[in-house]
Amino acid sequence: MDRKRNFLPLAGFLVCLAAFLSYFLFFYRFPVTRDVPWTGWLLFALGLGLLGAGLARAFRQPERYRGRITGSILGVLSLAVLGFFFLLTTVEARNLPASGGAPQVGQKAPDFTLQDSQGKSVRLYDLLGAQAGGAGAPSWVALIFYRGYW
Amino acid sequence: MAVSVDPPATTRDHLAKMGWTYTFLADPEVKVVKQYDLAHPQNDGRVIARPAELLIDPTGTVRWVNLTEDYKVRVRPEQVIEAFDRVAKQNKP
Repeated sequence: MDRKRNFLPLAGFLVCLAAFLSYFLFFYRFPVTRDVPWTGWLLFALGLGLLGAGLARAFRQPERYRGRITGSILGVLSLAVLGFFFLLTTVEARNLPASGGAPQVGQKAPDFTLQDSQGKSVRLYDLLGAQAGGAGAPSWVALIFYRGYW
Repeated sequence: MAVSVDPPATTRDHLAKMGWTYTFLADPEVKVVKQYDLAHPQNDGRVIARPAELLIDPTGTVRWVNLTEDYKVRVRPEQVIEAFDRVAKQNKP
């Protein structure tokens, strides 16, 4: 009989691709799915499962199913996507500079002046007030540095 | 105040509800980021900020610092507020 097309490896690869893309395009926006990329891991598990099933039947029943070569290639590509995902979300995310010179508790925060979203100059010590040497009433300041991109 | 190479817009509403005024500042020349030793050079030559939060008391003394160990995890406004409640009640060290 004719050997049937084996769509499982391709489906598995596409799910792995979706796992990667959906995280960086969508799930990263929400802390609940960003901090630990579990949606990615779940989709990768599904994708690799489909791939595994597809490769299994291609190799065990080669007279019935095609896909030993293309399936294997797709398998390697899927693992590459998975590896890249792991690199970006786990290794790179923790690859941060030492920041040994950052102010510590008990030290004075360095003064600076930057522009706000209206273009107005804002000085840290003015926000802190007279006790710090600036203009204005004394106040605490929470200084938050954002990464700038996702 | 929030300092970023490229200002975002997320925590402001939550903190505003707690009575904090929120000011976005732009640091396009990465001047303050470097002053605070939070520069994080990227592979493509950009320099961005390593996420960090500091609570500074009215004398200009840092009372609480949080440097994230994982840049995916952004600070929750509750963390800053909770830290403030803790340190504001302490006497100055």
